[in-house]
Amino acid sequence: MELNPQELVFYLFALLTIASAVVVVTIKNIVYAAFSLMVTLFSVAGLYVFLQADFLAATQVIVYVGGILVLILFGVMMTSGSLDLKLKLERGQLFWGGVVSLTIFGLLLSVITNTPQWENVDIGASQEPTTRKIGEMIMKEEYLLPFEIASILLLVALIGAALISRKEVRDE
Amino acid sequence: MSLQSYLVISIILFSLGIFCVLTRRNAISILMGIELILNSCNLNFAAFSRYVTPPDDISGQIIALFGIVLAAAEAAVFLAIILAIYREFSTISPDETDTLKG
Repeated sequence: MELNPQELVFYLFALLTIASAVVVVTIKNIVYAAFSLMVTLFSVAGLYVFLQADFLAATQVIVYVGGILVLILFGVMMTSGSLDLKLKLERGQLFWGGVVSLTIFGLLLSVITNTPQWENVDIGASQEPTTRKIGEMIMKEEYLLPFEIASILLLVALIGAALISRKEVRDE
Repeated sequence: MSLQSYLVISIILFSLGIFCVLTRRNAISILMGIELILNSCNLNFAAFSRYVTPPDDISGQIIALFGIVLAAAEAAVFLAIILAIYREFSTISPDETDTLKG
């Protein structure tokens, strides 16, 4: 099977995504898991680039790698005390978790392989950058209301997180 | 490189995330599993937007953007709750924080 360079890079990203996700799930040290999650998020951003979703890829890197991952590392630092917090695994839970996730995997895989409409479908994608189109759709077309609701949600999450995580003051 | 290869990557991420949520004994690891699941969903939206809907319709990408926004809000609140739990119980294992268990 001859691979052209584009496909080669695609499969590299796919392999990187899956391998680092496996590391996230299996490794004992939670700090290593967090850094492996960073590799996963970066390679998902690479897959977005292959899907002609350039703005989405940039947002993925900025929000996930720059925001959520830093938050996770902060959480690790503030809750573990020592950095080498080991993750205990129980054998029975491991077994049932494997059964459930493999069942879901098999179910979804059979759906994907048995849906003929999804075989070799490629309606084509526009080659121009998506930023302008996304901006127009969010700011003046049908996604204006969800956009405003998302901003309110972020405000609520900000206030809620600050309220929950501050020290409780009891004045009685 | 077809729609199905993206979908297969996505379901692998999804089932790994489910496995992580079900088996980990540490709330932050569970958060990582949830992030994997959310990423697989966003990847699905972007893949369908690229392969199935017309080229000038990028609604799928916008939904994926909203998914990222929701993930950010969720992570912030999740970690705030974890910090509060850690102050209260000095542990973040979901098994040991069972005050509400009857």
